[in-house]
Order: sequence, then C-alpha cells, then structure tokens
Amino acid sequence: MTGADPGTGELQATARAARREIVKAVAHAKGGHLGGPLSAVEVLTALYFGVLHIRPEEPDWPDRDRFILSKGHSAIALYAMLALRGFFPVAELRTFDAIDSRLQGHPDMTVLPGLDMSSGSLGLGLAAGVGIALGARLAGGDFTTFVMVGDGECNEGIVWESAHVADRYALDNLVVIVDQNQLQQFGWRDAATGRRRPPYAGTQLRDRWAAFGWRVSEVDGHDVLAVLAALEAARQPAGKPAALIAHTVKGKGVSFMEDEYLWHSRVPTDDELRQALDELADPAGTRGGT
Amino acid sequence: MPLPAGAALRQVFGETLAELARHDPRILVLDGDVGSSTGAAIFETAHPQRYIQAGPAEQNMMAMAAGLATMGFQPYATTFTCFAVARALDSVRVLIAQPRLDVKIIGGYAGLLTGMTGKTHQMFDDIAIMRSLPYMLVVAPADETEARQAIAAVAGVPGPAYLQITRETAPVLFGSDYTFRLGRAVTVRDGTDATLISTGVQTTRVYEAAEILSRRGVEVTVLHVPTIKPLDGDAVVAAAQASGYVITIEEQSVIGGLGGAVAELLGEKFPVPVKRLGIRDCFGESGPNDRLLDKYRSDG
Repeated sequence: MTGADPGTGELQATARAARREIVKAVAHAKGGHLGGPLSAVEVLTALYFGVLHIRPEEPDWPDRDRFILSKGHSAIALYAMLALRGFFPVAELRTFDAIDSRLQGHPDMTVLPGLDMSSGSLGLGLAAGVGIALGARLAGGDFTTFVMVGDGECNEGIVWESAHVADRYALDNLVVIVDQNQLQQFGWRDAATGRRRPPYAGTQLRDRWAAFGWRVSEVDGHDVLAVLAALEAARQPAGKPAALIAHTVKGKGVSFMEDEYLWHSRVPTDDELRQALDELADPAGTRGGT
Repeated sequence: MPLPAGAALRQVFGETLAELARHDPRILVLDGDVGSSTGAAIFETAHPQRYIQAGPAEQNMMAMAAGLATMGFQPYATTFTCFAVARALDSVRVLIAQPRLDVKIIGGYAGLLTGMTGKTHQMFDDIAIMRSLPYMLVVAPADETEARQAIAAVAGVPGPAYLQITRETAPVLFGSDYTFRLGRAVTVRDGTDATLISTGVQTTRVYEAAEILSRRGVEVTVLHVPTIKPLDGDAVVAAAQASGYVITIEEQSVIGGLGGAVAELLGEKFPVPVKRLGIRDCFGESGPNDRLLDKYRSDG
C-alpha cells in the first residue's frame, strides 16, 4: 500500500538524501532548525517509506494513517520526507521559510497537503493525535495515528495531560514516538562538565510513559530497519497506547553538529555547508549529487 | 415591569445541543470535568456515546477537539470561560483558530455571576481575547429564546466559534416571534434621548433599566449585539448617527470587550463620544449576585 521498497540500502540512501535536503534547505533559507530535524530522519524515513499507509496522490484519503510532527520546529525534516515520497516536488524545498511558501517554519496544514495537523507550539500535537485516535474509534476508522514528540518537548505539561487521557480511553490505535536526542534548545547546565544536561536522564522518560499506562518499547533511532520493526510492533493493537522511545543523536549525520546544542537552530556557513554535504554524500552515488 | 423569568442558559445549551445532535451525527461534546455545571451533563444523558470526558485538562481538551474536527466531527468543547479562554488559549489559537477548524468553544460561567467562585473564575476579558483571534466567531446570547437560535446558527457555520453561556437564570427578553441572525444586532427598544448598546444576558438588565427610565420620562434606544464578531457595523454606526453618542454596557471589562469593539469601529467610521460601562480594570470577588452586580456596575 505504501508503494515503497523497504530494503536496507534503499532506506539508508533515502535517509541520507533527506539529510542533504534538510541541510541545503536551512542553509538556503538562512534560518530554521538542524539538530532536531537530523535526529528524526530515520524514524521519518521508516514511517514514510515503510510504515504509514498513505497515498501521496490522494493526501486526504480518509483511511490513511495519520502522522503529526508535534516537535514542529523539525518541520524541514518532514518536508524533505514528504517531497522525497512524492507529495510535492523536491525543488520546492528551496522555498522553505520564504514569503508565500507552503513550507512554513512550522507545519501549516492550511497550505500544505499531506499534513494531518499544524504544529509548532510544543506539546499540542499529541493532544490532537488523541482526538484523532478517539475520533477514529467513534467513526469506525481502521488506521493508526502516529505522533512524534521530542524529549525536550516532554517538559510541556500538556504532553502528560494527553498521556493520561489516551490511557483513560485505552487508545491502542495511537503511537507516540519520542525522539530522545538528549538535548533541548538550551536546557540545564551541568555544573561539573559545563555541558547542557539531557532533558531526562537514564530511564526517566521511559519510566514516565510506562507509569502513565503506556506500552513502552525502545529502539536505536538511527537503525532504520530496527525502527521499522519497532514501529510495526508498536502499531499492533494491544489494549493500550504505545510509546516508542527512539534513542537518537541531535544533529545526527554531520560530525560537527552531533550532540551540540548550539546546532538546535544555527545556520551553516558556506564552508560548513560544504563539509556537511561531503559527509552526507551517497557513497554509491545513486541518489543524485549534493 | 421586570421581564418574565426564564431558564439558565447553561440548561438551554445542554438541551438545545442534545436536540441538534439528534439530527446531526457530527456533533460531539467534550467536557473539562464541569459537565454538571455547564449543561454538558444534559448532553451526556441524551447521547452518552458522543460525550467525551476530557478531565480538568483544558489545553489537551481543546487540542483533542481540533483532532476530532479533522475527522469530520463538530466538537463542542465545554468548560468555564476562564479555562476555555485563558488556560487553554494556546491550544485554541494554534490548533483551532489558525487551522480554522470547526470547533465550537463553549464558555460557561461567563461574567460576574459564577456561583460564589470569586476572581479566579470570573473572566471579564473572554470577549476581548476571543474577538482578537482571526476567524473566531464570538456570540453572547441574551436569553433562552435567543440562545436556542444562536446555538443552532453557530452549528450551521463551519469554523471556529466561541459561545458565551451564563450560569444563572436569565429573564426572557425575546418572544416566540424573534429571529436571531448571526452577525446582526437588534434594536430591542427605541428612544431618542440616548443609545445604549449591550450584549449577552446584560441586555436583559439594560432593557429593564430602560423601562425604569421610561417611567421617568427618559426614552432610550437599546441596541442588543449578540454577535460581537463579526460586529454589525451598520447597526452600530446608525445608532451613533441617531443619538450623537453611545453608551456601551456589559458584564465584561471595559478594556477590549463590546465597548472596545464599538469604540474601535466608531473611531474609524463615525467618531462620536463612547461611554463604556462595565468592569473597570479590576478583578472580581465572591459574593451574592445582587451585591456583585451593584458593586461592579456602579460606574460613575
């Protein structure tokens, strides 16, 4: 139904292509976010090229799986994925953040087909997903609603309002993916190291979702095949909502951006752009140039 | 003569929506855990499968309603005005108003008379805030007759809407021959000595006051504005032209409410003095209804 071939090499090449488009778009716009989009790439690749039942030629297909990027500041990652999946031309990514563009700094469902909800104010996406999942049950809809949140986003109280209500209604047609990239925009300073501390240490985040009654699983968020399998497992109805903790690295794929909070929303210089695209070049040379 | 007693608008809301839902399968009610106070309980009894308890978690409730609207439902998110407008404003702004989704926000316990709850629950700026949101329809009916028609009219217009509902019983102002029209003001009384403009249940009090004035030989026009947004600009300008000045009276803050809307409009279209009566830049308190009305409406 997805029309995509989830072969390992193909998916990895897609992820690399998405990263190139993300970096190029932000550099071109001279604005936007990079760390969060780059950490989300494998999860989005697994969703859009494997898991989601969607029809790019019919974005409003009523029985489609829903996806909400609740961490809306990672919009460019979603746009890259939608473009590569055929929702709109890849060339349109160059309009990211431009005046009159459909590719707004945060996703706007009123202008861009393929978005199941607008987002950008942290925490709201999961609540909307709870509403959609509940609506699907009321309407007899047979699809799954996926929502991606960030670990920093889990600071928002509304996330836990939603977690509580989803458990209350035992919404087993709802999957939240936590992009646990271990950094938020600024966060708390670690006095000992001087570095920024992760939003949630150790197993705190996993434990919290479990404590709210969710079925929790974990995955290496950059192993695209493992993510694919974990998402397929999470979408199987089991009487409660499912949370998949994706362990990721903020800025993944570009050495000098990885695990560095400053790249949450920094624009690469020309030199940095060249280096990033070198690092993200396709070794097989099968996925276009840089 | 005082107006005849009528029903509380919260009860009218529950009954009217339950009736509408019999013919419209899209209608759902979300409840922020105050259904026994807002009239949502009446809907739950009539349509238990279409009533969603969201708990006292209003940000989540409003965003859930947005999600439900994308599924083709017409959700009515019900709570007190303070929580619907102040607590949940971000959800309302970003997921209801911006995407222009068909969610109806029901603010119960509007104004001063909120059952001895005091300043935390008395929300005087819900009109000011909600009318500042693009695409948001803002409606405040005066009595049971108008509320029934206004709820049906709001249901008939796709898109975001805010409907202000009050707790206490309201006198009946409009007879069975009344026709509510969305976006239109209505002259409920004619006079040449002054023009009073009001909205919501407050209009019933303004009307009664106008009758008292009439017995003293002062005849005033009372223009009732049930739709604050979009404002009936023609009616307001006509009223200003007739009397040369207007007095607005509302159970709302004079900052940004109906008075603010009227002053903005007349400032551009037909500048005349506008005297705004209402809550004067202060918070409320708990107390008996008659004492509250007396204290907070005693404007000089």
